[in-house]
Amino acid sequence: MFEYLELSELRNLLDTKQISSVELTKYFLHRIKSLDEKYNSFVTVTEDVALAQAAQADEFLASPGENPALCGIPYAAKDLFCTKGVRTTASSKILDNYVPPYDATVITKLKEQKSVLLGKTNLDQFAHGSSTETSAYGPSKNPWDTSRIPGGSSGGSTAALAAGLCPWALATETGGSIRLPASLCGVSGWKPTYGRVSRYGCIAMASSLDSMGAVAYSVKDLIILANVLSGQDPKDSTTGHKTANFTVNSDIKGLRIGIPREYFIEGMEAGVKAKIEEAIKEMEKLGAVIKEVSVPHTRYGSLVYAIVCPAEIASNLSRYDGIRYGLSSKEAKSLYEVYAKTRDAGFGDEAKRRILTGTYVLSAGYYDAYYKRAQKIRRLLVNEFEEVFKEVDVLAAPSSPNVAVAIGEAASNPLFGYIADQLNIPSSLAGLPAVSVPCGFAAPSDGGSTHMPVGLQFMGPQWGEQAVFNAGLAYQSVTDWHKQRPKA
Amino acid sequence: MDEVKDGYKPVIGLEIHVQLKTKSKMFGPAPMGEAEEANVNIDEIVTGEPGVLPVVNKEAVRLGVMAGLALNCTIPEFSKFDRKHYFYPDLPKGYQISQYDEPIAQKGYVNVTMPDGRIKRVGITRAHLEEDAGKNVHPEGLPYSLVDYNRAGAPLLEIVTDPDLETAEEARLFLEELQRIVRYVGASDADMEKGSMRCEPNISVRKPGEEGLPKYKVEVKNINSFRFAEAAINYEIPRQIEILEQGGMPKQVTMGWNEKESVTVEQRSKEEANDYRYFPDPDLPVLQFTPEYLDDLRSRMPELPAAKRVRFAEEYGLKPADIDTLINSKTLTYYFEDVVSELREWQTSDDAAKKLDIQKLISKAANWCLQDFSAALNSANLKDPYESRVSPENFAELIVMIENGTISGSAAKTVFKVMFEKGGEPDNIMQDLGLAQVSDEGAIEAIIDQVLAENAKAVADYKAGAEKSFGFLVGQTMKALKGQGNPGKVNELLRKKLL
Amino acid sequence: MLTLDEVKKLGSLARIELSSEELEQMQKDLSAILDYVEELKSVDVSGLEVLSQVTGLVNVQRQDEPKLCDFRDDIFANAPEMKDGYYKVKAIL
Repeated sequence: MFEYLELSELRNLLDTKQISSVELTKYFLHRIKSLDEKYNSFVTVTEDVALAQAAQADEFLASPGENPALCGIPYAAKDLFCTKGVRTTASSKILDNYVPPYDATVITKLKEQKSVLLGKTNLDQFAHGSSTETSAYGPSKNPWDTSRIPGGSSGGSTAALAAGLCPWALATETGGSIRLPASLCGVSGWKPTYGRVSRYGCIAMASSLDSMGAVAYSVKDLIILANVLSGQDPKDSTTGHKTANFTVNSDIKGLRIGIPREYFIEGMEAGVKAKIEEAIKEMEKLGAVIKEVSVPHTRYGSLVYAIVCPAEIASNLSRYDGIRYGLSSKEAKSLYEVYAKTRDAGFGDEAKRRILTGTYVLSAGYYDAYYKRAQKIRRLLVNEFEEVFKEVDVLAAPSSPNVAVAIGEAASNPLFGYIADQLNIPSSLAGLPAVSVPCGFAAPSDGGSTHMPVGLQFMGPQWGEQAVFNAGLAYQSVTDWHKQRPKA
Repeated sequence: MDEVKDGYKPVIGLEIHVQLKTKSKMFGPAPMGEAEEANVNIDEIVTGEPGVLPVVNKEAVRLGVMAGLALNCTIPEFSKFDRKHYFYPDLPKGYQISQYDEPIAQKGYVNVTMPDGRIKRVGITRAHLEEDAGKNVHPEGLPYSLVDYNRAGAPLLEIVTDPDLETAEEARLFLEELQRIVRYVGASDADMEKGSMRCEPNISVRKPGEEGLPKYKVEVKNINSFRFAEAAINYEIPRQIEILEQGGMPKQVTMGWNEKESVTVEQRSKEEANDYRYFPDPDLPVLQFTPEYLDDLRSRMPELPAAKRVRFAEEYGLKPADIDTLINSKTLTYYFEDVVSELREWQTSDDAAKKLDIQKLISKAANWCLQDFSAALNSANLKDPYESRVSPENFAELIVMIENGTISGSAAKTVFKVMFEKGGEPDNIMQDLGLAQVSDEGAIEAIIDQVLAENAKAVADYKAGAEKSFGFLVGQTMKALKGQGNPGKVNELLRKKLL
Repeated sequence: MLTLDEVKKLGSLARIELSSEELEQMQKDLSAILDYVEELKSVDVSGLEVLSQVTGLVNVQRQDEPKLCDFRDDIFANAPEMKDGYYKVKAIL
């Protein structure tokens, strides 16, 4: 009844008193309770908080005056955002019992909007992964085919959304963690320009890459969310002083769209390639100027990321030591053991792998050969993007070279994430904005019978959200892939 | 200090941490300042909660750069923060935000005046900003330690000297000068006892005939006074020489100063491999210092102790020892100079004062600043002399009154006490207390006549050669004058009468 | 290929106790990752400056204004063990 409605529709229902926030909230809580067993998209459902916030929202809605865009509308937050008084785990064991004493800046913004938090969604442990399989609470399932991954790391958010368990969800991306799961679950995702949305209070993965964004049913919704979530934050020194007043404009006549040839890699699924090519033709019909371009060092992106990201992870995860919060080993006999046993028991394999890799590339004697060199090649990529954005306004490419793989595929390959996200990582390294939109369905190459969603992404220059929103809006104005829903 | 064995040459460098004088921490708004309980000055940033981010304290940067400029350092156009990784309970994030290869200040020097007047130039390698760690407490005999993060995140400036020092005395004199400098620019209270200045000497000894730096160095920690710094160095030098004499080489270790036993003790290193895995902190944009910013700071730079030392000798003819004491407090030097200009005022406006020697007035003012005034300030726990009730004008008036004989030295002390406690002009206070000195010759002569008449025996004894009877007569006269007779005048007139 | 000793050393530096099976698995995985990034060594990086941040921001600073935290108890509530207002840990020395 209320699932799969866009934000503007919910706004209308609430503003015209056709439904109260409490009713809407109860509706979604009920769906979560009855359906999430299948998807495992939530780590924590915050029923009490949600109902209290909904009651407050209803009070506010009853008072005269304009209502904030998200007032009374429920949402889910990736369990990486600190929520005061609400357990926040990063889907890890080491933070299993952690109750943040403070709110992330975006959570504060949503409280100011009088939004309603339904719960915290599953993710790859500490956002390390592209499938949610590294979660300490089990993998989330793709609502289109529950034997398949939803993608990650924001897979809990996109699975919940695709299953109609929330109207929109907070997500984060470090190197593909919004675009990939949005693509695999057939929803729209916004990966902001680095520094557009505050990172404060969101558990850090790789600080120079982490971007906090959202997933929703349409680009129109993403624009509403972007206008709420964006903005300089005095608590995050890396947020830019840019005002965000994004408008809904689907006129793309004359928009120069670059098709970077390096993004059509060998091994890309034929069905995915076909869908992307179709989508590009749609854009051309809408008046966009299509141009093949090149970002020559694209394929090195994942390699650079495989060094920079673990280095920052190793550093950011040093604070989990069993002394001030989180898991603390009871077997430890010495201080050293408190550290070593706590971190052994508290971190999963992928976190350990990244911590050790990061420790290695930063250690004496290896720093120059790995970390420093990688950051120089990162500069090269940034320069190449700058060049290409002189020629075109946005880039269009697949968000993933393949549709969702079966659960279990990723676990056997320590390089899974770096390969799955090779089309997202380069622009992440450059801090660029992007949206991923559903653009059809394709047969998985493993012979699975269910056709799975394919995602198309538009990438823009730094702070160039408006152009990628315009491209996405235009595409969704003439297609209805974003309105397709999995069978219940 | 101990004599160094023939041919051996100590090589000493210092690492000094000074806590910058800010109201909030280096990277977050938690308050600075002393706390009676543990873990009071904390917040989510100090304890390194998941998700928190650092934001640079602008004032800490300004104070650090001011200190850098005062240490004659080059301030680069760009400077960045790095993460230094090690695990220790007092370090909440598992890394310390510090500066590795682009510190805010580089390549400076401090000129230290040695007791013989010689100037020793000590090179400053660098100075960088960082956050402090918390404090670990080790209850004796118990199997646990306790951690207090009150100090964690406090802004520090770490200053590293070149290995230019050769003796413990040089090290102490350098530290004293450094302390004055950072206090003058307002960067730090630099109080070693309170931990807002900490010093870690790096000590090694060059063998006879050896060139360059020795292949090892010994770092000493836990030093919380200048005296201990001196003692630790004086302990280490012969210890190391003994090892070198036997053909060995001292281990490159970190030692701790054991205050009770007055020895250095080897400490376990906190990170066995010392692999700190530095990398630029992605959470903090770089600092940029524009020429305008630096010019502005330079224009606010106070006169530094070295310059003051030279000027006070030239301008006021003060003794080096007095200057050394006076310049320990910047505000006291300002106050002293205000008193001096008031004295000069008096001289131009007051006929009686004109006859007085300005040099004598200045010396007297310096003495009073260093003795009675400093003592009063100390016991009242006042750091700033301007906060006392004694204005420089009244201070100067009192000095003039002493010099021209209006009041005796001891009465002046009483008057000063009242000035300090209640305020007011010395002249009025003296009148109120009836402490004016009797210098009127007629009045004194009348009293003397009376005393001589009443003490015929003493007069006779004196005339027979008993000098001590003169003292008795002076005493009787002063007694009759209620202690307020001008002693010079009483002596002079009594001698004349007894001729 | 990293040696087991090297992996062990990394584990100790990163304070993660690794079982012998874990050590071997990590040895394989880390070596695979290092092989994967090996190709970066062929990229010409001459004349390139290190890029550690993409924002181009400089001098982002806050005013020196202290603020007393009013949720210290919520912070302490997460502590595994406290004593007399201190965080309690195994003996350091």
